[in-house]
Amino acid sequence: MEAVALPRRRRRRLDLLEQRRFLGPALIAPAVIFIVALVGAPLLLAIYLSFTNAHSGSLSGDFVGFANYAQEWRNPVFQDALRNTVLYTVVSQIIVLIGAGLLAHALIKPFRGRWFLRLLVLLPWAAPVALGTIGFLWIFDALFSVVNWTTVHDLMPGGGELYLYKIVNFVFARDFWPGFIQIGAIDPLSPPQWLGQTELAKAAIIGVHSWRILPFATVIFIAGIASIPTEVQDAAKIDGATGLKKFFYVSLPLQLPIATVALLFGIVFTTTDMAVVYILTHGGPFNSTHMLTTWAFDTGINSASLGPGAAISLYLLPVLAAVAILMLRFARRAEVS
Amino acid sequence: MRALRLRGLGPYGIVVPFAIVLAFPFYWMAMTAFKGPTDLFNLENIPYSFADDSPTWGNITFLFTDTLFLTWVKNTVLVGAVVVAITLALALPAGYALARLSGRWGQWLAIGIFLTYLVPPTLLFLPMSRVITELGLDNSKYALMLVYPSFTVPFATWLMMGFFKTIPPELEEAALIDGASRIGALRRVVFPISLPGILTVVIFTFSLCVNEFVYAVTFISSSAERTVSVGVATDLIRGDVYQWGSLMAGTLLPSLLLALLYNTFLNRFIAGFTGGAFR
Repeated sequence: MEAVALPRRRRRRLDLLEQRRFLGPALIAPAVIFIVALVGAPLLLAIYLSFTNAHSGSLSGDFVGFANYAQEWRNPVFQDALRNTVLYTVVSQIIVLIGAGLLAHALIKPFRGRWFLRLLVLLPWAAPVALGTIGFLWIFDALFSVVNWTTVHDLMPGGGELYLYKIVNFVFARDFWPGFIQIGAIDPLSPPQWLGQTELAKAAIIGVHSWRILPFATVIFIAGIASIPTEVQDAAKIDGATGLKKFFYVSLPLQLPIATVALLFGIVFTTTDMAVVYILTHGGPFNSTHMLTTWAFDTGINSASLGPGAAISLYLLPVLAAVAILMLRFARRAEVS
Repeated sequence: MRALRLRGLGPYGIVVPFAIVLAFPFYWMAMTAFKGPTDLFNLENIPYSFADDSPTWGNITFLFTDTLFLTWVKNTVLVGAVVVAITLALALPAGYALARLSGRWGQWLAIGIFLTYLVPPTLLFLPMSRVITELGLDNSKYALMLVYPSFTVPFATWLMMGFFKTIPPELEEAALIDGASRIGALRRVVFPISLPGILTVVIFTFSLCVNEFVYAVTFISSSAERTVSVGVATDLIRGDVYQWGSLMAGTLLPSLLLALLYNTFLNRFIAGFTGGAFR
């Protein structure tokens, strides 16, 4: 009896799985439950913590309302961190967009050695962020910086007097540049301290962020260009559109949605990254180069103030929400076109 | 003729300068990794060439014999393998179901899963560190195995969904008509075809694990439990003592390995990301 009943019950369960109505949810449920437990719950916990004065060692604290948010909002270090987060993100993304646009157009057509050059271009994206940043720690070293050596040494063997710093000074140490481009003249006897001076450290951080996002944006751009159907290209050619005209009226509008997606990803990668600043300057000198993420880490982990730390990192939430909304919009538009 | 030659130079004129800047840090890591201390710290020497006690294998031997580098590599591979397994087990069925079986609610669910990928570790690490301590997992790599799927599962589900959408449904329908069950069609028809896609997800999930820094630096305080990213960044830099030679060797080796993997799977990744045509 039982030997017959068991397979039948099993078969009924299998029949149930044959129906879309049951199979779909059965396949999705494990992933959804996992995500709710490991992303949703901690997010709610973070929001709860930000309203308490919880300290490391306990999960609860007294409810303090918006005190953490208000206190951080008035904190000069937080204000710097917020400004820096915006500065790093905006400037690095401008550099990335221009660079990726140029690179993608150059890399799309086959040429000799493309495989190797593409590998070189992709290296920064493939390398773990933390490890790449350590490379820059050495490149920007106080005493042995190769950047400084290259700029202040005579590059022509035998004394041709080709000093890079003279060229850099000639171009950038001028009054007509706006403040964030203009630099103080490089003095060969006291070369720039890339990670020891606030403005230079910020430039270095922006450089590293651009360096690591550029390959990713390039890859997405290439995909965007490649996804333009050849019919469109042919039609444009027949209609006599060439060169710049073709770029502005045909290629650019078609690439815009996917370029926007690359930009939005770039914004998320930059604003939410902690490794670059943590390794390069650890917020120094004098807490002047922090981002929201590193300041939240210093407050929440190093100073063990969970409540304020959670509040600081939650200031990221509006940015992420805005990015999410934009991304959905453009993703849908990309699908339509 | 002249125009032709100039056009031939076109891509190189742009790509070569970019490639030099982007790859320079790795060239510099390699140079430093093979330099002896006398050459490295002599300000009179030209840094672009070897002199005195360079080139040397000393830094690399030091890295492998006198530091925990191999332990960190082992930890990373172990954590990566477990996370990849968990991710595939959850993301494969979910990605397939979202691509094929669900209607309107499935679209919203897919968007919801995608949005969770935007919630970064830097927002969750504080509550997460408390939870990990409560579970008694602090200071152990098991904490990373538990937490990493929180960002790899949404990412992998999204990517898998893209891959499955590029497979024509007619293939499964044919199998169903031939008498296969839905699960059977999935196992014998869909999964074998999507193997390249699955492999791509494996590579990128693994590299996300190698990349992760915030959780690893927050949860783990003893050297022997660290992953490569955090181990090299914190243990080889202690106070003011920088072992630059072996430090650079330790950053270069994992980076190059990952770069080769990336380059091999890049075209697949692009196809999945843009949901390109079935080829």
